[in-house]
Amino acid sequence: MSSFTAVKNFSRRDVLKLFGATGGGLVLGSSGLSWSPMALAQNQESRLNLFVAVGEDNKVYLTCHRSEMGQGIRTGIPQILADELEADWQHVVVVQGLADKRYGNQNTDGSRSIRRQYDRMRQMGAMARTMLEQAAANAWRVPVGEVKAKNHQVVHVKSGRSISFGELALAASKLPMPEADSVRLKESKDFRHIGQSHKIVDMDKMLSGKAHYGYDIRLDGMLYASITRPPVLGSDVEKLNDSMARKVAGVVDVIQLPVPKGAPKFQALGGVAVIATNTWSALQGRKALEITWAASANDSHNSTSYMKTLVQRVKQPGNLVRQQGSENTDWPENSTLNAVYTLPYLVHAPMEAPVATASVTADGCEIWASTQTPQSTQQNVAANLGLKEEQVKVNVTLLGGGFGRKSKPDFSVEAALLSQRLKRPVKVSWSREDDIQNGYVHAVSAQFYQAKLDGDQKPEAMLQRTAFPSISSTFAEDVEYPSAGELDLGFVDIPFTVPNYRCEAVKALAHTRIGWMRSVSNIQHAFGIGSFVDELAHNAKMSCPKMWKEMLGQPRLVDFSGQQFNYRNYGEDLSRHPIDIDRYHQVIDIVEKSMSEYAPTKPGQGWGFAVHRSFTSYVAVAILVKVENATLKVLQAISAIDAGLVVNPDRVVSQTEGAVIFGLSLAMMGEIAFKDGKVKQSNFHDYPVLRMGQCPDIEVTVVSSDAAPAGVGEPGVPPVAPALTNAIFAATGTRIRDLPVNKTLKV
Amino acid sequence: MSDDKLSLIINGESFVLDVDPKMPVLWAIRDLLGLTGTKYGCGSGLCGACTIHLDGKPARACLTTVSQAQGKQVTTIEGLEFSELKRAWSDNNVPQCGYCQSGQLMSAAALLAVNSSPSDEDIDSAMSGNICRCGTYTRIRAAIHDTAKKRT
Repeated sequence: MSSFTAVKNFSRRDVLKLFGATGGGLVLGSSGLSWSPMALAQNQESRLNLFVAVGEDNKVYLTCHRSEMGQGIRTGIPQILADELEADWQHVVVVQGLADKRYGNQNTDGSRSIRRQYDRMRQMGAMARTMLEQAAANAWRVPVGEVKAKNHQVVHVKSGRSISFGELALAASKLPMPEADSVRLKESKDFRHIGQSHKIVDMDKMLSGKAHYGYDIRLDGMLYASITRPPVLGSDVEKLNDSMARKVAGVVDVIQLPVPKGAPKFQALGGVAVIATNTWSALQGRKALEITWAASANDSHNSTSYMKTLVQRVKQPGNLVRQQGSENTDWPENSTLNAVYTLPYLVHAPMEAPVATASVTADGCEIWASTQTPQSTQQNVAANLGLKEEQVKVNVTLLGGGFGRKSKPDFSVEAALLSQRLKRPVKVSWSREDDIQNGYVHAVSAQFYQAKLDGDQKPEAMLQRTAFPSISSTFAEDVEYPSAGELDLGFVDIPFTVPNYRCEAVKALAHTRIGWMRSVSNIQHAFGIGSFVDELAHNAKMSCPKMWKEMLGQPRLVDFSGQQFNYRNYGEDLSRHPIDIDRYHQVIDIVEKSMSEYAPTKPGQGWGFAVHRSFTSYVAVAILVKVENATLKVLQAISAIDAGLVVNPDRVVSQTEGAVIFGLSLAMMGEIAFKDGKVKQSNFHDYPVLRMGQCPDIEVTVVSSDAAPAGVGEPGVPPVAPALTNAIFAATGTRIRDLPVNKTLKV
Repeated sequence: MSDDKLSLIINGESFVLDVDPKMPVLWAIRDLLGLTGTKYGCGSGLCGACTIHLDGKPARACLTTVSQAQGKQVTTIEGLEFSELKRAWSDNNVPQCGYCQSGQLMSAAALLAVNSSPSDEDIDSAMSGNICRCGTYTRIRAAIHDTAKKRT
């Protein structure tokens, strides 16, 4: 614990500068870059620990070290700190943390900010509160047991005296920091911020155009870069004619960036950068480039034929990755049901494409990026520039969406390399076409599910296989199989009571950069299992929720022991985040009850259902559709989420609404296709995402729980696609096993 | 660069620009004038993130050239004065990441200017050009209805 509570002393000016920068106008100028690498929001006189500072102005400055991309973390983290601190929310100022290892992991993905930070943020708030209480007790010369922090002041109950946090700040900051484990935490009945739907702290700025994202960074003397990257992974510039590009008004330079060798990792992709005095000139310059690309081993990648290969392979034996009971080898035709499900490549397409600004000087490098991963940005920029990590300062702006794309720091590396060359601040902004065509795509996949049915048409044996190019291929060459970490995501962790249950992984090589996208391989696995259970239910003439409950069995805790795999449970201990069948049942029951309250379906309408546990949360979804003249209309969605204790219920609701929409987008229309190694799609006309007119009403229930806080950003996504296609089946009798739906129906 | 100076009237203020008349208003206001509330999302009029008003009517700043905006009143999110709409947006906790919200507000304001009591269909039709990847559509719909109710 002490490793992140070390206090470093900084001048008051540093604090004011930082607060000014986060408080409003972009007061960034290259003249202001004479920074100390560790110049954090530190004030010797008022800083109580790494996350909490109290000003003499009676404001508390709370650091959010995680990236804000719409999930509300800049509100949620301070809510936890403020609660234990007993701070008045009106006096809270949120400071965005820079890249700094003392914060611990800052990579804002995996739906883990609250899950992993809840206890620690409570401790940090409580430690600061304890120091304020001690300072008051010292001032009044009374035992600390007689004083209590309450709503931004410390009171002495006996005498009725009180003193504000601001007045105590200086004295408190001079006290020794208490041990994290020694401080008293509040009882949940006394929470004043945790569990409250505080409005997001950036609301007013977002509504007035004053919120600043990565795209909005402007520095003195800054140049704007736009990069034409290799259209096929592994290709490089063979011939470049940039003479026309250099004639475009506003273009300052054209710089060729090297194509990295080996696995793509977080390297800049290389290509040709056009540097200009404004974004438009840079884009115009790119249009005027004449580039011949060298051949690449991936030139022959064609996603249609690749999919055929995957489908063939999942019908053949693969590597054993889980065996419950013994292997079933007898699959009688009249009592066996099987199906193959496929999903294409997908891409994140956050509304704000990747963007980063870098300023490299003799002292080091400063980055401003809409990044989910400031420390990885720092490491990769340092490595590429030949700098020490502490010479790279990374400022995290607001993110215009992330969805996993901005966990890859390649775009910051590009900006840093160009700024180093040009000796001026450079902003690299990706265009929408760049984002669609040069991303880290969600893997294409095929899955095979097979069940042997007993006399009651319930499965007594199951076999399932999955094939998709692994994310590991982005980090190492010659990766042939999905990683265990990816198989944990909705494939091997299905806690069915089916006596003989076998899971196999199938070979698939990568031909492009594979990345993680909101809920990762839960997307394809929840679609596979969620569709197959519906097929089993239909075959058994049983409702889908009932079949789920039958297959999940009686309430119990599951640990998969003795099944030939080691389940990682999203990095969480099963004692704190168990696989709890009762919690599956609860969300299933909530959604079933909600469904029953709607009017009976009319001809052409149908409900579909699915449930999924991911990121240690449980989500059940039901969707009502109407299909008329081969055209789909999604009428209603219901989602129930059990994410344990929630800090800001409204942000859990909004994330779950957003997850329904994200899930509908990918299920209805999401497809990235490759031809000759290149992405065919380019913008929102051919990579469509859900629009207002396609959006159903969405009813969300958040289960009231005091279980350990679990994931929120991602778990709402996986059950949406199967619930949708199950609804289409209910409405039409047509089973869609190959996404997206718009290959079969108009959407 | 062109020798002909162009002028833009933005949020009631006049700006003189020495740019190629074909430069989209989006990049002129963002990169040259520092008005960054208007967002880039697609550059092709497909997503609505850059929605502004030209003489009160919604327009895509990424497809509107500086020369086309000559002599017109340009309104950006920074100049949008519509407190009931913003209040409804805040009351419904609409934004998630917030990036598309400038464009959403500009489109919603333009809708309410010509239709004081829009139906769900009217809202779908007027707002379908504005993509929100976070998925705030149901709350946008609610906020527009709330604003309409308050004004009647």
